[in-house]
Amino acid sequence: MKTCLVVDDSSVIRKVARRILEGLDFEITEAEDGEKALEVCKHSLPDAVLLDWNMPVMDGYEFLRNLRRMPGGDVPKVVFCTTENDVAHIARALHAGANEYIMKPFDKDIVSAKFAEVGLI
Amino acid sequence: MTPADYDFLRKFLKEKSGLDLSADKQYLVESRLVPLARKAGLAGLEELIQKVKSGSAALSGEVVEAMTTNETFFFRDKTPFDHRRDVVLPEMIQARSTRRSLRIWCAAASTGQEPYSIAMVVKEMSAQLAGWRIEIVGTDISQQVLEKSKSGLYTQFEVQRGLPIQLLVKYFKQIGDMWQIAPELRAMIQYKPLNLLTDFSHMGKYDIIFCRNVLIYFDQDMKTQIFGRLAKCMEPDGFLALGAAETVVGLTDSFKPHADKRGLYRPTAPRAAPSIVPAMTLAGAKTAMPMR
Repeated sequence: MKTCLVVDDSSVIRKVARRILEGLDFEITEAEDGEKALEVCKHSLPDAVLLDWNMPVMDGYEFLRNLRRMPGGDVPKVVFCTTENDVAHIARALHAGANEYIMKPFDKDIVSAKFAEVGLI
Repeated sequence: MTPADYDFLRKFLKEKSGLDLSADKQYLVESRLVPLARKAGLAGLEELIQKVKSGSAALSGEVVEAMTTNETFFFRDKTPFDHRRDVVLPEMIQARSTRRSLRIWCAAASTGQEPYSIAMVVKEMSAQLAGWRIEIVGTDISQQVLEKSKSGLYTQFEVQRGLPIQLLVKYFKQIGDMWQIAPELRAMIQYKPLNLLTDFSHMGKYDIIFCRNVLIYFDQDMKTQIFGRLAKCMEPDGFLALGAAETVVGLTDSFKPHADKRGLYRPTAPRAAPSIVPAMTLAGAKTAMPMR
């Protein structure tokens, strides 16, 4: 079973994402900010990260830059999932090593299309 | 909706558009036509059907449009586009290296996602296709969806289904809540209204025809007739791409499945094809009621 780390400061969003991803056969871990997500990754790298942008303590962008510098940190597929839906943000995310980008609001169809796009399903 | 009204609609839709609704699709009719009745200021579905029965041309056209507008998304099913890039285009590029031109037809273009997906694939191969003339034609029975195709405007939801984010950033511009495909891609496609049940010999010859996820709505005879007419619009060494749930097998001798790529078909050599297909096409063209 593939693993997915869901990083979002909203527990409601984490719950929705968890339900969708469990339906796609992922084993889920959750983190409420970038720093906690990095802790999870230091312990064990997931196959996928569903990543919010704006969060307290450490945002998704900083998390991604840190993750990509970790040993083996280039392996997890990172899919942003954020309300930041302008081209400038998307371009920045891709440049920092994001694999895909979901603009909120999202649903099961979008998550599965994007995960399929990067070869996770 | 009374069973009699449903039967009337089934017959009406089959005659006008070839749509072959099974006996249990009342919910589909209701979900598409109740909003239309409301928009037309009618009391409900019964009154709408009454108007169609009494011959209202405008409403009849709208009923056909509402029922034949089908779901589509960018790079639908993904595989046909991988085939196109890995098999169809390389082979056609080689075959047309002297002529340096390609004609591609999307026979059920719907709201444009498929022709634009093809345009993006072509654009991504522009290094190999420099100096080539690439013609992409998109047709659909519905004027409404053709207008949407031409505008190239899509919602945030639509651009997130099947379209890789890199291609969104590269080829689309954000306009408020919507995303619009680049003018250079819009200019690559010619849109025309076309009912597949009518004669379309005027379309000319194509190297590649996409006719995906539309034949599933037609009955066997209609499919056979359409394949016969498509074969006449096809270069002998061309490719036909069908939807995942569609096939030519048992319906026509004009095409044969590609040896190892599912969903891809090639015309049979004209000499080997029996003459019954053109004959059936002629008979079919007479009985089919052209919508336009």
